[in-house]
Formats: sequence, C-alpha cells, structure tokens
Amino acid sequence: MSHPELKDYAGAKLGMWLFLFTELLLFGGLFLLYSVYLSHFPHEFATAGRQLNWVFGTVNTMVLLTSSLLAAMAVTAVQRDNRGLAVRLLAGTISCAAIFMAIKYVEWSAKIRHGIYPNSPHLASAPPGEPVFFSLYYITTGIHGLHVLIGAAILGWIAAKVHSGKVHKGDYVLLENGALYWHLVDLIWIFIFPLYYLIL
Amino acid sequence: MTSDTGHHIIGYGKLTAVWLTLLALTCLTVAITRVELGGYKVLGALTIACLKSGLVIAFFMHMKYEGRLLRWLLFVALVTLAVFIGLTFFDVLYR
Repeated sequence: MSHPELKDYAGAKLGMWLFLFTELLLFGGLFLLYSVYLSHFPHEFATAGRQLNWVFGTVNTMVLLTSSLLAAMAVTAVQRDNRGLAVRLLAGTISCAAIFMAIKYVEWSAKIRHGIYPNSPHLASAPPGEPVFFSLYYITTGIHGLHVLIGAAILGWIAAKVHSGKVHKGDYVLLENGALYWHLVDLIWIFIFPLYYLIL
Repeated sequence: MTSDTGHHIIGYGKLTAVWLTLLALTCLTVAITRVELGGYKVLGALTIACLKSGLVIAFFMHMKYEGRLLRWLLFVALVTLAVFIGLTFFDVLYR
C-alpha cells in the first residue's frame, strides 16, 4: 500500500494567492513609475503614447478576457467531472495566448522598424520624456509578455495532467492555481491597456 | 481551516455573463477615451479598469466564494499598494 497522500487544499491556494500579491506589487511598482513620470512629462507622454496603436491594444484586451473565460470554464468543467472539455478549454486559453503574443510581435516589430527601441538614435534625439515612456512601455509589456508565455506553458503542463487523469474532480487545486495565475496576467493587462493605449 | 466540502461551482452561464460584461466595459473605456473629456477620461478609464478587475477577481478567481482569510489578505495587499501610490503622490504633487 502506498502512503495516503496528504493534501492541504486551503494551504495550496493560500500560497498561490500570497505569490499573486507579490506579482501585484511588482506590477504596481511599474505602474507607480509610469504615473510619476506621466506627471513629470505629460506632453511628451501624450506624444509618445499616441504612437501606440489602440486597435491592437483593444483586440489584445478582448483576446485575454476570452482566454480568462476559457480558463475559468476549465475549472468548472473539472469540478463537474468533464475532463475532456476541460482539456479543450485549456487548449483554447493557450491559443488565445498565442494570438496575444503574435499581435504583440507585430506591434513591437512595427515600433522597432520605426526606430523606436531602447537606446535607439531616434529616441536619443527625442524630447526627454519620450524615451522614458517607451522604456516603461517595453519593460512593462515585456515582463507581462513573459508572464503570458510562462502562464501558457504552465497551463499546457496542467492540461496534460488533466488529460492523463492526475488532475480530476477530487483533486484539482493545481488547475485552480494555474488558472489563478492566468487571471492575474489578464488582470495586469486590464490596467496596462488604458494606461498605455487609451488615456494619453 | 475550512474542509474540502464547500467548493462552489460557478456555472458556464454566469461566467459567460461576466465575460460579456467585461467586453462591454472594454468597449465603454475605448469609447470614453476617444472623445475629448480632458482629465475625466483618465478617471473614467481607471474606474472602469477597477470595475473590470473586481469582476475578474470576484468571479473568474472565485474570490466571492472564498473564506475570510483570503479576502482579508487581498484587502491588505490592495491597501499596501494604495498606500505606496498615495504617499508617493503626496510627495510628487506637493514637493
């Protein structure tokens, strides 16, 4: 007989939430930097911010919201003992992540083609606030993009466990925590979107 | 500690309704920031962003159905963030 496995559901979830709070404060710090520099350079930020394409930003917001819906549905599906559906929903979430990153790629390459990247000659000659805006833009969306990639990888790993039956109706805290991480990625974007794409 | 029995299951219909509200709020933010409202558009856009994150946390992240411990921790984390931002701006704006 194998040892009965001790599962601490509440502890696992508490640990995940504590981790999410540190993530919240990480991005909170970046948003704080953004808003302080915005109050220093309102005109330069407006000029720089209007060069971002808000249509890309809006589409990416919709894509991430949809991915979050699918992840939340995957949790419900496992709770209702429908693992096949959960795997398909998670595949949907990961596809949304891929679409998000593809749009991000198009967006970043367009900016880089126009000579807008950290330390570019174009930005070096721009008024002082504009390089600050784009540095923050690249750092914030870059770290966020990294979270999207990590989140998609984690959900892929979890989907495999749901498929093989290691995550099931009686033990699904791994899926729940993976989904929580994914919702955090969505949550951060909910603030990046208006701050960088809309209000300037 | 609570036992494993009371897990709330959120139905697909409810999740879809939340998602539709989130999409509608996204359209609303875009709409109000495309017209000239001056400073109000910043306020409006951030208010909507807070509303949207409230919906994501409450339903997608199940916070509405969590126990007191997690709710209080979330509250403490948000207050910490608000204190950081508030005190920084107290310095930046009135320096």
